[in-house]
Amino acid sequence: MNDAVIQLDSVSKIYGKGEAEVRALDSVSISIDRGDFVAIIGASGSGKSTMMNIIGCLDGATQGTYHLDGIDTGTLDEFQLAQIRNRKIGFVFQNFNLIPRTRAVDNVSMPLAYAKVHRKERRERALEVLDSVGLAERADHKPSQLSGGQQQRVAIARALVTNPVLLLADEPTGALDTKSSHEILDLFESLHANGRTIVMITHEADVAARANRVVRFQDGHIIEDHRVRGVHGHPLATAVPL
Amino acid sequence: MMIAESVRFALTGVMANKMRSILTTLGILIGIASVIILLAVGAGTSNAIKAQIGKLGTNVLTVSRQTTAGGRAAGGGQTVTGPRSRGTNLTLQDMASLTDPVMAPDVAATAPVVTAQNVTGTYKDATHAVATFVGTTPSYFGISNDTLAAGSYFSEGDASNGTAVAVIGNTVAQDLVGNSVASAVGQTIALNGQNFVVSGILAQKGSSGLNDPDDIVVIPYSAAQDKFTGYSPSLASISVQAKSADVMNQAQNEVQMILDARHNVTSANRDYQVRNQAQILTTATTTTATLTILLGAVAGISLLVGGIGVMNIMLVTVTERTREIGIRKAIGASRGSIVSQFLIESLIISLIGGVLGIAAGYIGSAFPVLGTQPEVQWWTVWLSFLVSAAIGLIFGIYPANKAAKLRPIDALRYE
Repeated sequence: MNDAVIQLDSVSKIYGKGEAEVRALDSVSISIDRGDFVAIIGASGSGKSTMMNIIGCLDGATQGTYHLDGIDTGTLDEFQLAQIRNRKIGFVFQNFNLIPRTRAVDNVSMPLAYAKVHRKERRERALEVLDSVGLAERADHKPSQLSGGQQQRVAIARALVTNPVLLLADEPTGALDTKSSHEILDLFESLHANGRTIVMITHEADVAARANRVVRFQDGHIIEDHRVRGVHGHPLATAVPL
Repeated sequence: MMIAESVRFALTGVMANKMRSILTTLGILIGIASVIILLAVGAGTSNAIKAQIGKLGTNVLTVSRQTTAGGRAAGGGQTVTGPRSRGTNLTLQDMASLTDPVMAPDVAATAPVVTAQNVTGTYKDATHAVATFVGTTPSYFGISNDTLAAGSYFSEGDASNGTAVAVIGNTVAQDLVGNSVASAVGQTIALNGQNFVVSGILAQKGSSGLNDPDDIVVIPYSAAQDKFTGYSPSLASISVQAKSADVMNQAQNEVQMILDARHNVTSANRDYQVRNQAQILTTATTTTATLTILLGAVAGISLLVGGIGVMNIMLVTVTERTREIGIRKAIGASRGSIVSQFLIESLIISLIGGVLGIAAGYIGSAFPVLGTQPEVQWWTVWLSFLVSAAIGLIFGIYPANKAAKLRPIDALRYE
């Protein structure tokens, strides 16, 4: 039994044709285990954003196969991909991407609406998750009434509400001040400690240092892949410096 | 995705930009209201004309002198003079011949009509220009569906002796003696300076727009000939009542057969014409139907413009909310749920507009237009409702599809 949540085999993403061909990802293979906390780092244009889109089922690979939680995503149609995003993945974006003019609790419960969960249960579950990120008393606030750190915590609550197998964060601290960044990363660590699988895309080394495993991209290739801690956070016998 | 959820999301969308939603709704409202009001005006006019023609007597044929020389072929230089030199008059004898039970079994009654123009009535200080002035026999009242409000008609004897009595319509009575019209009975009024005793007041028929059937003075035909037209054997027309509306055409044929023989003419060179009330009614109905279609078309165009407004706003909304669409797609919204959200949003706007438009249509139709009371047709209400729903769907489908087709990565990147 393969316990990989993410399994990429020779995945390429090619934009354009002929002369203008750009290989954003070039035959990338990687496996990420359940319960791991992985940082994907790289400069702008290194392919990490394309990686995020493919892992998040927002975009398809040109070549190669991608298994998410054992499902071959290449065989799925648009509707099934929407369901996969809904059930298996929780997204956290740099700009929070909350729906404006919509209360925190409604933002959090929205994925459950697309999962056809009953209204009353949705609200209960959303309040529960908001409480777990420490925002229970802000449930009825609209995004414009919340600070950046609070908005990101609402976004994390929204990502967690469907209890996904993967939490996928794209520069989650990119728009936050240092204090809020630390709070968010602390939250990620505690989620990871509770067994959540997290993949975080970032370009900041100190943010990446919070992860167990750091994967560095450059020009569409993985140029470095090293483990800081064990899958479940236990220190390795021989720590490898970044 | 549950429909209730789509409706909730759509309502949030509509409420997010209230002013814009209200203005778009207004476009549909005006369109629907104008369809209902204009079709109601059309129906009201049509019914008023029908009612008026009905009041003038539906079974009535009017035989009148042909006053224009007919039958001149275009391009033929030949002048037709023959028929005009022969007896072109309609006489009392012509009229009498039409009541022959053997030759004209479908004719119920006849009345002569002698007319004069520019007749002015005076009583004390009041004057009134009479619109319709008729010299006839008492049978005229039955044929024209007249009834008395006060007093009595004149008799057959009065008709042939030329007694100076008059039966006047409500409008004339009101103008001359004031609101207590019954007090005019027995008074002496002057018609173009000649004294007439008012014997009766006709019951009001009610005006319906163009002319007023109550603006009428009826006197004995012989008095009209003596005092207004100068003695002449000719009548202006003969009113002929058929036994029923079903035998109008038979009655018309019988009248034409008798008069053709008496005047020694054929259908080609007739010196008289027969107008059939049923035909007038048909013509009037066709005319008002055309009018109604025209009004409806104008209203339909404004509805179309309203629909385009809905589409325009929905396209703006989709562009404006591209990022929201991306977020929704990323967290698991399928194409179908995005389509239904935006489609329901445009449906809400157009249906609210439709319902308010129906209300506005009813309110607007309560007021008379050019003296005609619009009559709301129940089918236009249903039609408007369906049309506004259809507008929401048709003009919403393109923007909704555009939204649903957005790729989540593109939508998320949109600023």
